[in-house]
Amino acid sequence: MSSIGTGYDLSVSTYSPDGRLFQVEYANKAVEAAGVAVGIRCSDGIVLGVERLLHSKLLVKGGNRRIQSVDEHVGLATAGLLADGKHLATRLRDEAYNFRDTYNAPATVQILSDRLSGYVQAYTCYGSVRPFGVSSLVAGVDKTGPRLFCVEPSGVFYGYRACAIGKGKALAKTELEKLIAKEADGGEAITCREAIDEIARIIYLVHDDNKDKDFELEMTWVSTETGGKHRAVPGELQAEAEAKAKAALEEGMEED
Amino acid sequence: MNHHPAAWGQPLTAHQQFDMYSTNPMGMSAPRSAHSHGPVQNTQWPLVTGTSVIGIKYEGGVMLAADNLASYGSLARFRDIERLHALGTHTILGVAGDMSDFQYLKKELDGLLREEETLTLTDAHPPLSPNNLYTFLANLFYARRNKINPLWNACLVGGWDFKKDESFLGYVDLLGTTYTAPTLATGFGAHIAQPLLREAYEAKAGVDLEGRPGADGRLLTAEEAEAVIDDCMKVLYYRDARSINKYQVARVTKDGVSISESKSSETEWMYAEGLRGYGGQTQ
Repeated sequence: MSSIGTGYDLSVSTYSPDGRLFQVEYANKAVEAAGVAVGIRCSDGIVLGVERLLHSKLLVKGGNRRIQSVDEHVGLATAGLLADGKHLATRLRDEAYNFRDTYNAPATVQILSDRLSGYVQAYTCYGSVRPFGVSSLVAGVDKTGPRLFCVEPSGVFYGYRACAIGKGKALAKTELEKLIAKEADGGEAITCREAIDEIARIIYLVHDDNKDKDFELEMTWVSTETGGKHRAVPGELQAEAEAKAKAALEEGMEED
Repeated sequence: MNHHPAAWGQPLTAHQQFDMYSTNPMGMSAPRSAHSHGPVQNTQWPLVTGTSVIGIKYEGGVMLAADNLASYGSLARFRDIERLHALGTHTILGVAGDMSDFQYLKKELDGLLREEETLTLTDAHPPLSPNNLYTFLANLFYARRNKINPLWNACLVGGWDFKKDESFLGYVDLLGTTYTAPTLATGFGAHIAQPLLREAYEAKAGVDLEGRPGADGRLLTAEEAEAVIDDCMKVLYYRDARSINKYQVARVTKDGVSISESKSSETEWMYAEGLRGYGGQTQ
């Protein structure tokens, strides 16, 4: 145990003298140990991508997915403890159902993120519970357009043009910054189809072949092509993007 | 009887006599909390109602039809109500009876389907089949009837069953009564349309076909089935005082659900000129 936290890291109901909650910071460590998850807000929808690390060669191919659907128009990609991620998805599904029941309308992505953040934050207030070891990308298309939010273990949530969480998020974020520079300068946002290629490229770039286990790329999108529904990216589109990503990676190596 | 204190010692009005077994005073509903031990009254009759729904199986699919009217008593109140509702990709629901209960059903079933849909990304289970949805509805109706608070409807469920590779058609009503048959009709349609549907169906596909021209044991074609459905809707319009001449036809095949635009039958009322004893004619 690190000597800094000693005495102040046993419970989330105790601050350290300099005003930190060590348990929440440790929860962030759990997030940083997980395979990267990337989300991009595009002109015509949103795309989510996840590097699903395979801890065994015996796992079913394409199974145990990490991106889940919350409502027909909203997806949730989590990085961190998978079981916590599943629990949050279930909770958020209930919130989406409840919202529809009450207002007879689909919930916006912002409202769902807000509800999720409130739930996550409550787990940072009591000594009897542990904070969630996941950061979540909540992404979807609602009446306000494509939206992307990231909810952190502390309960804060921010809206993003593009976001990355998990292992290697720093490298992924610099790549994303280059990508959205055009949009930030008042230009056109990239399209979903472009974003699929970019996410595949970024995840292959971030993945460390020497240190990490094998991985499977997992991608979903909500776009005009899916009729505003959250769907897995079609196999051929993803295969194409992966082929391009591998080619780009090899090209990069030759340059080095 | 009116047990409200305000009514004690008062003579019964004409309305109260009519309302003999109503336990509630006018304009008040019984409190339903555990503290009150008063009697509770649930729905006693449907208010805004839809009339018959009819359905028939044909070669490669199933067809349902219902008109666009929601009546308020005998008043033709709402004339553009759609009583055929698609449930997912391969099931259609046609509902007669109370329209607010139908709206509740739609909301409930759409919620169920949406929840199933959200789970398919992480759990690749097959979508709910027509039979699954029919069973769900039957259980729901039966449970509500046992609570003595029924959903006041009679429904037809049509769909395509991929497992058996054939069409599905089932009936379920407010009592939780269920049955399936190749031709079905609810309410007044069960008296007027069902014989016509059966006749057409059996003439081609039924038992005891010997000596019947055109009978080959196969189901009606889509065109033949639609002709029968159109004929039934016309007869229903002639005979059923709660119908209007505006209806939709839905088909479910392997390829999915399609619900037609509203259409009308050609009708002939000239014979009414010759009738005596009704309306404003002077002899």
